[in-house]
Amino acid sequence: MEASVGTTPIVTITGCVIVAIRDDLDDHDILALQDQLVEEVSRKNAVGVIIDIGSLEIVDTFAGRMLGAMAQMARMMNARTVVVGMRPAVAMTLVELGMTLEGVETALNADRAINLILGERN
Amino acid sequence: MASETTTASLLQDEFEKILSAWMKAQAKEGVKRTDLVSAKETERQSRDLLTALARSSQTAATDASFDFANPGWDPVRDAIEEITESRTQRGVTPSEMGWFIASLKQPLFDHLAADLAEKPKQMSAELWNTTRMVDQIVLQAIESLVSKREAVIERQREEMTEVSAPVVKIWDRIVTVPLIGTLDSFRAQTVMENLLDAIVQWEAEVAIIDITGVSTVDTLVAQHLLKTAAAVRLMGAHCVICGIRPKIAQTVVNLGVELPNITTRVDLQSGLAYAFERIGVSPKEQ
Repeated sequence: MEASVGTTPIVTITGCVIVAIRDDLDDHDILALQDQLVEEVSRKNAVGVIIDIGSLEIVDTFAGRMLGAMAQMARMMNARTVVVGMRPAVAMTLVELGMTLEGVETALNADRAINLILGERN
Repeated sequence: MASETTTASLLQDEFEKILSAWMKAQAKEGVKRTDLVSAKETERQSRDLLTALARSSQTAATDASFDFANPGWDPVRDAIEEITESRTQRGVTPSEMGWFIASLKQPLFDHLAADLAEKPKQMSAELWNTTRMVDQIVLQAIESLVSKREAVIERQREEMTEVSAPVVKIWDRIVTVPLIGTLDSFRAQTVMENLLDAIVQWEAEVAIIDITGVSTVDTLVAQHLLKTAAAVRLMGAHCVICGIRPKIAQTVVNLGVELPNITTRVDLQSGLAYAFERIGVSPKEQ
């Protein structure tokens, strides 16, 4: 595993895999992170994946597609993916690009996302 | 030749006479607008402009090679800027402004006619030069007046966009933006920015867009609403569009616009009810 990816911490709390994406990840790191996430979901038998993109100032089409793919993979493993913390500028750019991330759930912050995932299960 | 009378020399030698004759001409032409500009101020402005003109005509050509773009005319331009500035604020019309300066021709022509009575050729040449110069100044004044008015309109437009998209927090975790008037691209962008910022600021879960006050919903407006709703969803909040009047519902359907995955309600009340349900609050029935 590469050193740069190893520094992106992934934690699992009450069945939710939580990761905060750093703003300096390149496309290669993102793919590696995706591997890591899927591994974690499978190992912990997680019910949800929460991806915090609050530190991202730019979400390009590649990152956007990766989020969509991630959600699809997690769904196949019976976990819901929630993207949290998107900045207004990023949201506006994605909408202008026509990438509305259909199939990916969103929440304002990780707290709400946990409530969303666990609330629906109970 | 040196002693020959020209507009430039007239402005030097007969300054006071020309000024007082100009003031009289203004009174006769009825361009003084004493209701808007005091007599004292008019005289001060006339004096300033004439002084600038006298100064510029020393350095810049007034004859056939006259060119108002010459930097020598800068004092005149500055004087005109100042006069139009104060007159725009008082509501002087462009034609009054133009005529105010054009009336300067009369005293100048009178003097030229008197001094060059013996030399009709020079007289006609000088009259033409003077006309050209004064007309250029008039055009400059009108131009300046119009651009000042446009600046006022632009400022008002900006103020209107600012006040026309207020995002209100009406409940814990609920924000709303009432839209009024027409929704063009520029305003739609402002609305979207304000709304998204408000969602972050107040940690809102539901954003209500009230289009009761929007006069028409065409494909473009629907497009803007769709975009805003999509952006709101990306932020992790829910978007409710309310104020869908029967007329609007008809237009939207007839235009073939689809609003997929967007919650719509007929009025603000039902929009609010939906929002309460969404965040798990039950308002007491009155």
